[in-house]
Amino acid sequence: MRSVWRVLRKEFGETLRDRRSLFTTLVIGPLLMPALIGVILFMAIRHGAAASHRPIALEVAHAERAPRLLAFLRQYGVRVEPVSDERRQARERVERSHGPLLYVPRDFGVRLAAGKPAPLRLYADESNPAVQGKVRRLGTLIGLYGDEIARLRLVARGLDPQLLAPIALHPIDVSTPQSRAALALGMLSYAILFTMLMSGLYIAIDATAGERERGSLEPLLTMPVKREHLVYGKMLAACAMMLVSLILTVAGFAVALRHIGLDRLGMSVNFGPGVALGIVLGCLPLIPAGAALMTLVASYTRSYREAQTYVGLVLLIPTLPLIFANIMGLRPRTALMAVPSLSQHFIIMSLLRGQPLPPLDIAISVAVTLALGAVLMFFAGRLYRREKLLG
Amino acid sequence: MIEARGLIKRFGTLTAVSGVTLRAADGRITGLLGPNGAGKSTTLRMLYTVLSPHGGEAWIDGVSILKDPLEARRRMGVLPHGAGLYPNLTARENIEYFGTLHGLTRSVRRGRAAELIRRLEMDAFADRPAKEFSQGQRVKTALARALVHQPRNVLLDEPTNGLDVMAVRTLRRLLGELRAEGHCILFSSHVMQEVAALCDEVIVIAAGTVIVQATPDELKERAGTPSLEEAFVRLVGIEDEGAGA
Repeated sequence: MRSVWRVLRKEFGETLRDRRSLFTTLVIGPLLMPALIGVILFMAIRHGAAASHRPIALEVAHAERAPRLLAFLRQYGVRVEPVSDERRQARERVERSHGPLLYVPRDFGVRLAAGKPAPLRLYADESNPAVQGKVRRLGTLIGLYGDEIARLRLVARGLDPQLLAPIALHPIDVSTPQSRAALALGMLSYAILFTMLMSGLYIAIDATAGERERGSLEPLLTMPVKREHLVYGKMLAACAMMLVSLILTVAGFAVALRHIGLDRLGMSVNFGPGVALGIVLGCLPLIPAGAALMTLVASYTRSYREAQTYVGLVLLIPTLPLIFANIMGLRPRTALMAVPSLSQHFIIMSLLRGQPLPPLDIAISVAVTLALGAVLMFFAGRLYRREKLLG
Repeated sequence: MIEARGLIKRFGTLTAVSGVTLRAADGRITGLLGPNGAGKSTTLRMLYTVLSPHGGEAWIDGVSILKDPLEARRRMGVLPHGAGLYPNLTARENIEYFGTLHGLTRSVRRGRAAELIRRLEMDAFADRPAKEFSQGQRVKTALARALVHQPRNVLLDEPTNGLDVMAVRTLRRLLGELRAEGHCILFSSHVMQEVAALCDEVIVIAAGTVIVQATPDELKERAGTPSLEEAFVRLVGIEDEGAGA
């Protein structure tokens, strides 16, 4: 076992001198990822908070045909910009400006006065998400104006306006500030797990494809050390590197998310030292499995470059469950806690939401993930006994 | 002392080594001579336990490479073909790392590394990272690394490949010194002058089998020619026709 420690120490020390792996561990993880996600989060929150209160600029062709409607819209913060255009030009104009543009047809006033449905045309490029929101708000506002007219008509005919509202729907948003923030933080667990795996990548490749390519594997195998001990040492060195990365990345996120000022925007992200520690501990069991998986895959490749390609693809495997979870809206269930990387995602999310998972679920996550790591490490050790490894 | 009896190695359907029996004695330099693809490297690789033979057996100082490979490795210093170094470690660290794996204490491996650096005239580059090294500097470092545990037996696969004249001279001098100290040295080469200049004994290998093991003088005598090169060509040539190698 002492030789495992000797290999570990050398590999770890050597990796600390490698600029690429240092960059991954010290820069991408703790600095770039938190900065990137912080900015995205900040933009999303600012956008979401402000969009519903920002005035809408609305171009109107033939504004003189609907003065009262436009006065109503102005009350609700719509900035009306009259444009004097013919109908066929309206389309062209919107194709350039994306809209929205309101065209008031000639018979609008006549039909409205006659109590018949009065036509309006709203031009907009709805493939543009910013325009989509505006169109939705305009639709609601114009509907509101129509309801107002309908009510007045009913009253004029001596009928109860409530006839028009047979159902009163009240959507009640039960999301807490924490759960709203956690939704936006969904990609955070992805970033943590990805950078953690990334920083183990170089040692994992080096252990097999790298050593073989530069011809240092054969001399190494002439040492009086069992072959599996050599690979255990290398995998544990990768684990050590991943642990350093995990701690730094989580710390980076804790600091970055504090400084974004999510609390100012009505979201209290629960990311204190306690939660950070919980995230580190929750992700810890995934480290051996990741290191062993990357080592195994790299063992089957012929060159360093090939190894980089394939191990890079392997980095996506642990992220697949997260993507499925997001698309399918998966919630933590005891059975799902047996899926490595998905269960780590759930643990991170539960900590961020401030809703602790049952101890049994956490125990399942830890046990299954560690068991997978042990099995993969054992196979990597076995693989190292094969002569084919020499290429 | 290195002994092998009936070593066999196959790669798929190809038999690379078909029954090699040899003996390399202490205090002597034994050369493994043969054309490319004759099985020299494969034989050495089986002896230094990186490949396991399909048949036969070998002993390093009487220790079986099959039954106790770890102990056999402790008694060998190996310079494999194209031995690679760790690019981010210095020459000294490369040497000391192998000392560590041999279980040498810190003070012992430091002392050994310093001594080998002096003996192999490596002072100029000993503390530079290995990624900057020339071929000669790499081979010297790899050789020092192979000797850090003071092995009784030294196996070298084509050690002079790609070396300049000065590096070859240093290597020869070192092998001479090791012989004088009573080490058993076994190296492979396809360079005739190399073998003629260094070896006390020559093992000629062709098509996976040992054709003859003798001193250079005996070889010349047996082939009936005063030139070792001519003797080699005659000995190998006869076999070659049959083997088609």
